[in-house]
Order: sequence, then C-alpha cells, then structure tokens
Amino acid sequence: MFDAILLQFLNGLDKGGAYALIALGLTLVFGTLGVVNFAHGALFMLGAFCAVAFRQILTLETVTIDPTQLNPWGQPLEIRTPLVQGWFGDFGAVLVDWSVPVSILLAIPVMALLGIAFERGLIKHFYKRPHAEQILVTFGLAIVLQEIVKSVFGANPIPQPMPAALQGAADIGALIGLTPGVITYPLWRLVYFLFSLGIIGGVFAFLRFTTFGMVVRAGMADRETVGLLGINISRRFTFMFGLASVVAGLAGVMYTPLLPPNYHLGMDFLVLSFVVVVVGGMGSLPGAVAAGFLLGILQSFASMTEVKAIVPGIDQIIIYLVAVVILLVRPRGLLGRRGVMEA
Amino acid sequence: MGNLVSKLSLSRRDLLLLLAFGAAVLLMPLWLSPFGAAYPDLLQKFVIYAIFAVGFNLLFGLTGYLSFGHAAFLGAGSYAAVWSFKLLSMDALPALIFAVAISGIFALVIGYLSLRRSGIYFSILTLAFAQMSYNLAYSVLTPITNGETGLQLALDDPRVLDRALGPQPEGLPVPHLLGLELTGYTGFFFCALVLILAFYITVKIFSSPFGLMLRAIKSNQNRMGYMGFDTKPYALTVFVISGMFAGLAGALLAITDPLAGAERMQWTASGEVVLMTILGGVGTLVGPALGAVVIKYFENIFSAFNDQILSNAFAFVPEGLRETVVAIVGKFVGEGWHLTLGLIFVLVVVFLPGGIMEGIRRIMSLFRRAQRPAKGAPARIQPAE
Repeated sequence: MFDAILLQFLNGLDKGGAYALIALGLTLVFGTLGVVNFAHGALFMLGAFCAVAFRQILTLETVTIDPTQLNPWGQPLEIRTPLVQGWFGDFGAVLVDWSVPVSILLAIPVMALLGIAFERGLIKHFYKRPHAEQILVTFGLAIVLQEIVKSVFGANPIPQPMPAALQGAADIGALIGLTPGVITYPLWRLVYFLFSLGIIGGVFAFLRFTTFGMVVRAGMADRETVGLLGINISRRFTFMFGLASVVAGLAGVMYTPLLPPNYHLGMDFLVLSFVVVVVGGMGSLPGAVAAGFLLGILQSFASMTEVKAIVPGIDQIIIYLVAVVILLVRPRGLLGRRGVMEA
Repeated sequence: MGNLVSKLSLSRRDLLLLLAFGAAVLLMPLWLSPFGAAYPDLLQKFVIYAIFAVGFNLLFGLTGYLSFGHAAFLGAGSYAAVWSFKLLSMDALPALIFAVAISGIFALVIGYLSLRRSGIYFSILTLAFAQMSYNLAYSVLTPITNGETGLQLALDDPRVLDRALGPQPEGLPVPHLLGLELTGYTGFFFCALVLILAFYITVKIFSSPFGLMLRAIKSNQNRMGYMGFDTKPYALTVFVISGMFAGLAGALLAITDPLAGAERMQWTASGEVVLMTILGGVGTLVGPALGAVVIKYFENIFSAFNDQILSNAFAFVPEGLRETVVAIVGKFVGEGWHLTLGLIFVLVVVFLPGGIMEGIRRIMSLFRRAQRPAKGAPARIQPAE
C-alpha cells in the first residue's frame, strides 16, 4: 500500500511541475500587469512546437541513391543522412538525439520575442479595460495562435522522442531502501520535475535577489508609487511578460516527450492552470507553485483504481471539484493575500 | 382578461422591432438565397444558435456576468430531448418541455453556486462546472449519454406514448409536431417560431422592471446592496432563464437531427456563443442573433472553400502570382476558417467592443451628423463587480 501511494505521489510530480510552471507565468502576468491572460496556454503550446520545429530543422535530410545496394523492393537503396550529421559527424547525431533539451536554446529567444511582441502590440491597450474584455481579447489571440500552428504543423499530435540516455526508468524504491524494481520512475519525468524545480527556483531567486526583481516586486505592490520615483516600471513589466512567456514555453518544450503536442494542447492546459491559479490564490506566486504540485499529485491519486472504485469518475473531475470548493469556501485561494481579487 | 392583455402587450417601439425581427426571420429563405445560404439545414442552424446567443446575452448583456460554461446547458437540453424521443414520444412538444425543465434545474444548481462569486471567478466557476459535465458525460455517465458515440435513436426504444396511440411505422421515426414531420422547411419554420417567441420574451425582459434591476446589477451591484435590494435572486433568475434558452436551443438541435453528443458541452462551444454575442453586440436585442447568423454563415461558406474555388476566384491575378495568392488565402478559409474567426474576434474586441450593432450605429450617426451633433457614448462591455 505504501508503495502504491509513493508511486502515485511520484507520478503526480511531473504533471504538477507543468501546472506549476504555467500557473507561475499566469500569476506573474496577473500580478505585474493585472491582465487575465487566456492566451497563456497557447504560449505553452508554442513552446512545445518550438521543440517540434527545431527537430524538423535538425532532421532535414539529404537523400543519396546508392545503386550498389537494393532495398527489399528491388529498387536502389536510398540513404538518408540528416544534414547536421553530414556537417558535424557524430556531434550531429548527438544533436539530433538530444533535440528536445537543446531546443531550449531556440525556445528562449523565440518565446521572449513573441511575449514582448504580444504585450507591446496587443495587451498593452487593455490594461485600463475591464477584465471581461481582457479575457475576450486574449481568448481571441489564443484561437489565432493555435490555428496558425494547426495550419503550419497539421492537426495531428507529433511525438518527440526523448534522448536515448534518458529513456530508462530510475529505481526510486531501491534508492530509499525498498525492494528493488517495485517503484520505478521514468527518467524523463524525473528530469522534468527537477527542471521545473530549477526554473521555479530561478524565477524566485531572480525576483528576490536582484535589484531588477526588487523593483518588479515593488511595482507589483504599488505601481503608482514606483512610477513616481522615476522608474520606468512599464518597461520592466513588459520584460516580466516576456519572462512569463519563456517560462511557459520551456514548460512546453520539455513536456513534449511526455505528451505528443498538438495544436489544442494549450487550451487543454489553460483551463487547468487557471484552476491552479485560482486554487493557489490570484496573484500569489508561492500559491501558484504549491497549488500546481498539489493538484498534479491529487489528480494522480484520483486515477488510482482503488479510489475510482469508491467514487467513479473522480479522476475526470477532481481538479474542477477542488476549484469549486476552494472558490466557494475560500475565494482568495490557499495562499492569496486578503483583498486581492476577493469578490 | 384585459389585465393579461396589457401585461403581454409591448410598447409601440418594441412591437415594431418584434414585427420587423419576426418578418426578417420568417423571410430568411427569401433574402438569404442571393447569399447561397437558403437551404433548410443551414437556416435551422442560424435560428437555433440565434436562440442560444439571445439567451446568453440575457445574462451577459444585462448583468455583465460572463459565463464560460453555457454550452453545458445546450448539451443537457440535447440529451433531455433525445431521451424524451426515446422514452416518451417523437413529438417535439414533450421534448421541448422536458429539455427546458432539465436545463432549467441544471442551471439553477450551477447558478446558485457560481453566482456566489462575480467577475473572473464567476467565469472560472462556470467553466469548471461545464468541464466537469463534459468529462462526466464522456466517462461515468455513459449509460445516460452513450459516451463518445453520442446518444441516438434506436429501433427498440420504448416510446411509451407513441406506442400507446397506435402501431408504429417501420424504420427510425422522424421528430414531428402533432403529426407534422419536422424536416426541411417545416423544421426551419418551427425553429423560427420558437426563436420569435424567445425574442418576444427577451424584449419583455429588457423593458420590464426586472430588466432594469439586472442592468443596475451590471452598473453597480454594491450600491444595489446598500439600497436594500438583495441582488442574488434576480441574478439567479436570469441565469436560469438564460440556461433554459440554451436548453431550448439544444432541444431544437436534437429535433432537427436526433443525436446528442458530449462535444456540445465542450468549452469551445461555450466560447463560440461568447464570440457570437460579442460580434453581434453585447446588451443589444438584435445583436446576438445577428452575430449567430454571421458566424454560422461564414463557418459554412468559408469552410467549403478549397483551392479549386480559390484559383477560380483569383483568375484575374497573373499566372505566376496566382499560386502564391491562393496558398496564402487558403490558410484563412476551408480548414483554416477558425483563424479568420479568431482574427475578426480580436479586431472586434479591440476596435469595436460594441460589435456589429455599434458599427451600424456609428455609420448611422455619420449620416445623421449632417443635421445634428451625435450624442451618447458607445456601449462598453462591463464586468460585474
């Protein structure tokens, strides 16, 4: 029984990591710019497709026909070599193998630029307008983004392989002294969990220990006063939107081996991560992270057969159910500040 | 009796509006034929989604509560209507009554809980409830909803009332109204009459003291509270009415095509009705219906476009350039029509928050400006605070 519980706990961690990362970005945007961003899930999806695009570029092939060898159909054998492998030899092969983690290098500038472009081009005009209009315009933006992705990459999910070295499973049980082979955990999920912890730690450290972060936090608390001190706070907030977009994008990049991305991936995660933000408390960064992991783990427990036998269908609705209960009982969420969006 | 008549009557202006609206709806087969949209299947869709949008606007337009889960009521209405076909009778009336009652009860429960919060929390609560219904309809509730396949009629359905009244014809029966088969144009006119009735109710609500109260909720709910009004019952009432309209639309969908699937409850469907209402004009009487027709029309026309039709349309472009133009435009039509929809939607929210109706009003005031200066600020979407 303990084994089963530990296993479900572990299973919840990677999904919880994804929720936490998306919710962190959502909260950053809401806390700094006061915008309810329904396009945030689309940014997660765009990140995932950065990985797809990167791999597609890497695996552009040259086809040479070798007349001395025949394929099983009797035609001359086509030899396909990825261009990078032709140029860099073995290093190229490694690059193709590690395409998902390496595509982070592509995703960071792309997502940052996209985020800043959205903020400057569209969302900027909606600060003073009601939340309902912000929801509507970002919802429209999300539709546009996902349809563009659909028309470029098609409607089907595109599986992304993980690096061969990380395909196995870690024997967590043996590490902590249990019988080996009972509790194994896929390595990539472990990587994802650690990765999300790293990003979350990085964002918190950035806000806590840098001057820039301090100014941003001050701006979150009282934008007007910071502005009166002669600080260009709106430029810093634009940067934070870019940062939130990068965080969502990286969450998407690393999630691709776990879930083949398709164009409506963002919408699927958006609804869930809004729920996460609300459960954690609107505007509370630790709340978003805690609620992300909490809900990921809860969802994982709810999908246990034993639990489903007691309450059928609970795995389908657990997250929404938690959100409804939290909103009705404690509207500012688990860690929300009193008075922030408490209505 | 005289009292009743005076209660049901409308002011002169509203009566004219209702007559004009009714005429426009009933004459759709005539005036839409130059646009290539005058065939019953599409016309039925126009009318049904107009009911859905008009009902949604009762809630969002009057009170400012933005529900992102209205499709749940549409789906519930569809399921209820198909069950009525299966269990009771193929007649449309019991199906409509049953569907409206079920979706009303459903809306009462969800509304009672969701309306305890406002603003974005209300949106997320309704969204959460709708997603729960959708997920459950797909999984655990399969005995009621028939899961992914969708609920369909079967030859061995009980149909208690029909069988009690006489022998049944061979094969799958068709929904009918007191013996009149509701297919093709008959089906359209039936839906159109329901829409006109729904529109009449909407006009009544807009001009009633109840409607005024709802508008007051939108402009300042706190002040209403200070003045001693409990706003909750009013908001809940309109939420239930709005849910019933959605259920009515869902039932009509089932009547014109006796099939109900869970995807009608998905949140994209809820998003669609929001789009229709915004595009047409939030808080206006005719706007949402207009938005529904425009979106359904373009969905139908645009998604039928393919490269062949496009290259005919761009025949005037020189040979070498034509393929490029067709390739670019092709991304926005056919499969990619949702891209166009998203772009239009963003543009409308940014530049024309009052939707098509505000556009019309602006054009009208341009013409009128010659005589006297324009008055009044354009309507804005307001959140419920």
